[in-house]
Amino acid sequence: MIASRAIAAATRLFTGVRRVPVAPHGDGPAIYFANHTSHLDFLVIWSALPLPTRLQTSPAAAEDYWTASSMRRWLAARVFRAVLIPREGITRENNPLDRLAACLESGRSILIFPEGTRRGDGQVGVFKSGLYHLARRFPQLPLVPIYLDNLGRILPKGALVPVPIIAQAHFREPIHFSETETKPAFLERARAALLSH
Amino acid sequence: MDHDTKLLISVVIGILVLASIAGAVLARTVKSEAAQKTVANLNARTRSWWVMSGVFCATLLLGPVFTTVLFAFISFLAMREFITLNKTERADHEVLFWAFFVILPLHYFLVGIRWYGLFTIFIPVYAFAFIPFRRVLTGETKGFLAGTARIQWALLVCVYAVSHMPMLLALPLKGYEGQNAKLLFFFVLTVQLSDVMQYVWGKTCGRRHIAPHVSPSKTVEGTVGGIATTVAISTCLWWATPFAPWQAALMALLICSAGFFGGLVMSAIKRDLGAKDWGASIAGHGGFMDRIDSLCFAAPLFFHLCAFYFGTGMNPAPPAWILHWLGK
Repeated sequence: MIASRAIAAATRLFTGVRRVPVAPHGDGPAIYFANHTSHLDFLVIWSALPLPTRLQTSPAAAEDYWTASSMRRWLAARVFRAVLIPREGITRENNPLDRLAACLESGRSILIFPEGTRRGDGQVGVFKSGLYHLARRFPQLPLVPIYLDNLGRILPKGALVPVPIIAQAHFREPIHFSETETKPAFLERARAALLSH
Repeated sequence: MDHDTKLLISVVIGILVLASIAGAVLARTVKSEAAQKTVANLNARTRSWWVMSGVFCATLLLGPVFTTVLFAFISFLAMREFITLNKTERADHEVLFWAFFVILPLHYFLVGIRWYGLFTIFIPVYAFAFIPFRRVLTGETKGFLAGTARIQWALLVCVYAVSHMPMLLALPLKGYEGQNAKLLFFFVLTVQLSDVMQYVWGKTCGRRHIAPHVSPSKTVEGTVGGIATTVAISTCLWWATPFAPWQAALMALLICSAGFFGGLVMSAIKRDLGAKDWGASIAGHGGFMDRIDSLCFAAPLFFHLCAFYFGTGMNPAPPAWILHWLGK
């Protein structure tokens, strides 16, 4: 809890991201999704959430990176309570969506990046289908889009060191799953909601 | 704290009390929605002024080290806003890291140890050369000149110019030893008062716009009235400076004019980048850069005029311990 507060405060100080006073969908679990431009993305969103919401939210994070040292393992398990996602060797039995679903079933919120990979050009790419499958399995949960601005300039892909450019995390209006919608239509609607002002 | 300093601080507190009372009265009397919005912004500005004046006075009283650190932070925050609005490219990334975390701290270190000789050339000579040197290593030629020039401007305006304010504390002046904090106070008070007075005059009787495309809020009436009032007030503060009253008046006029053009130039850059404010860090004012834009260009000018006409000569040599460390 102290580590969580300290890391969140330091992240907000460095990136200039402001804490949102209340979660946009109100209380209760949600699926947060954001555009992906930097290694700092999940840290920034996690830090921008109000404390009670933050403690209830597990970000999806790359397993190979976050298990590489004992420090990272401790951070991922204890502080961020991340859902670790393998980036390679994905099979039907080893589906990362199952881990995220298990997390949601336990009543927690998750944070995912539906583009799947970091973009270098500041644009928002096509969403992969993970978001759709999760939304279909948990149709009652609000889906909260978060547009990250300037994060890719703080720590661009391939850069070793961050620079203190001011970033913003824009929480958009939540959307909901619709039974009648096709997968591509849903994913396009989710992407549009992320980009809406 | 000597008598003059107490008096200067009392002047500031007096102005702020007046502004707070006026704001409270206005908030009760104005009716229209637009006017209420203006008054709410005015009161937010006044509240921020209380905080900024408090921090400035406190660090000034705590001594040159604290003052230097305060201005280093102001430089950092201003440059951060400047670089954020300037759409820097991927190839600028490593250069930016050097600018923020190496050049800026090193430059303020030079201010701290009072090594005037290196202080004056560190950014214009060394950093000026280093920035294109480092960027050329990335192999990216697209936008090369624009990219390097942006960062060089950022360092010159946000770091080099701003750092002349704490450096003022180290300027030896005839018959004014150990009192430089009051000169810095005089300078900052004059520039900021000029901003405030131009705002007040502009809001109350501004008609003709000076540069409608650059800064829609600047009017002839506001500028002339604001500068005239400020020069009058600052002249009355001559006793806190090494100047005679007429010299104080000329100095005040000069720094108000430089402040006016500085504000206009930063406003032009801001609009070129498509923004209204540099940031949203200071309630009512915008960003840090919105608050210090008029100080940037005036500070080095004021420094050099003081040194030229009233100084007994800055020592360009490094401090003794550096010479010792270099084995000289």
